[in-house]
Amino acid sequence: MILTIAIKEFRALFASPLAWLVLAAVQLILGYGFLKRLDDFLQIQSQLAQLASPPGVTELVAAPTYAMAAAVFLFAVPLLAMRMIAEERRNQTLTLLFSAPISMTEIVIGKFAGLMAFLLIIVLLVLAMPLTLAASTQLDFGLLGTLTLALLLLAAGFAAVSLYASSLTAQPIAAALIAFGLLMAMLLMGETAGDSLRERGWQIPASFAQVFSPLRNFEPLGRGILDTYAIACPLLLIAGFLLLAIRHLDGQRLRG
Amino acid sequence: MNPADPALTICARGLSRRFGTNVAVHALDLNVRRGEILGLLGPNGAGKTTTMKMLTGNLAPSTGEIRICDIDLLDTPARAKAHIGYLPETPPLYRELNVGEYLHLVARLHRVPKTRRTVAVTLAMQRCGLAAVGKKLIGTLSKGFQQRVGIAQAIVHEPDVIILDEPTVGLDPNQILDMRALIRELGDKHSVILSTHILPEVEAICDRVQIMHRGTVVFSDTIAGMRDFQRGRMVTISLQRPPVIAELQQIPGVAAVEAMGKDSFRIRFSPDIDPTAALINRATAEDWGLHQLTPAQTSLEDVFVHLTRDEVVS
Repeated sequence: MILTIAIKEFRALFASPLAWLVLAAVQLILGYGFLKRLDDFLQIQSQLAQLASPPGVTELVAAPTYAMAAAVFLFAVPLLAMRMIAEERRNQTLTLLFSAPISMTEIVIGKFAGLMAFLLIIVLLVLAMPLTLAASTQLDFGLLGTLTLALLLLAAGFAAVSLYASSLTAQPIAAALIAFGLLMAMLLMGETAGDSLRERGWQIPASFAQVFSPLRNFEPLGRGILDTYAIACPLLLIAGFLLLAIRHLDGQRLRG
Repeated sequence: MNPADPALTICARGLSRRFGTNVAVHALDLNVRRGEILGLLGPNGAGKTTTMKMLTGNLAPSTGEIRICDIDLLDTPARAKAHIGYLPETPPLYRELNVGEYLHLVARLHRVPKTRRTVAVTLAMQRCGLAAVGKKLIGTLSKGFQQRVGIAQAIVHEPDVIILDEPTVGLDPNQILDMRALIRELGDKHSVILSTHILPEVEAICDRVQIMHRGTVVFSDTIAGMRDFQRGRMVTISLQRPPVIAELQQIPGVAAVEAMGKDSFRIRFSPDIDPTAALINRATAEDWGLHQLTPAQTSLEDVFVHLTRDEVVS
């Protein structure tokens, strides 16, 4: 049943021009960024060769492209997710899902899965760019793997937050703004909150704050370090916001 | 009204719903059997839609219990909802899908097995007269056709209970006739609850009627019982040589006499005593020249207005 809803959402995304526009814009931005980095790399390649252990093309070209993709997701994911629940509420089609023999959990997870399937396409397109270099140079596939994992976790975290924002309102634009606001707050406060808490010796709250620091969790994986805590934090964030969305939709039956 | 009665498909007890301090539905009882069509009538704001939302699991009741085919809707919503087809006031349509795709999706959501899905969708489209527009996008259809898609969506999984909130709104007269025929047909095998404020509709299709007013049921009976509700309590009498009104009023059982012209009167009965026979005897004995005596026709409209009139006054 989750799959049914996921497929429906995935197809609905492609039925709207927005998804195509986002795909095109993201590809344009990232493609340009990738080529620029590659160009820079070729310019300094001779100087790098003189270093004892020079950074490779994966570190200097692929990693910044992934970081750029993370920044693009900050805008793209709220836009892609905004309609998922808000528009169904506005068009009063949520009734169809609420009246069917499906639980609220299946509805929310189905929608999340549909969105993730779409985001996976973007992530794969990002991955495809450095892979084109594989023919002519030696790539660090380990680093590419952790980078891809980091980007997926980041996208999933953004998606869960955006889906929750979409469950709060009947206006898709409002949902996108709420999601964007929440994500910005996390990026700005989440990065510093952990450090200032740690300075005061509050280790546990500091570790907890890291759940809400998407970039901090992105960073170790982005350097090729398989940090389990940096993997667990986004998973907690995803579970937390999906749970909030489920609770909020469930509450709608009670509030009316 | 034994709750374990297998024919009883919807059984609601003591259903109440409050929105803040406003009581939308209060202590409502409702029973529908298989093969029965129940009309839920009431002025706007009487609580019809709230009741239907509760019966379909879209709104949690403040108190009360609901059993669908003897499954508790509040305890095991998924199992109970499998037996329900619901057409809300606004049909829940995905405008970007075509009719066939949409009904396939609905069938999937209602767990119709894959092997039966195509048959179920084709049948629902046939029954609702949608066969010709199966490939059209829902967004491009007229309001009448969209309403039909809404009904098809409620019956595609052959539910035991079909709940229709104002199903004929926005249809033209021919479509209304088709729709009524369809609902009658559905009522043979399934239980149907429909809400409306079009009174002839209830008389035309329902077996039973419940009239709601300010969140409570003020009248609940079969259509025949409802027609009797006022018929037999009033006659119109025409006399060629009428006596004075006071004389008519003295006949036992006459509660009130209202002159309707020079020689005809409307006579209301007091409860429990039917003075018709006494009236005829008296008219013959005193040579009033009785030439017409008819039970005054009361329509559902009269009953409805009578029961919900204080709304108009307030």
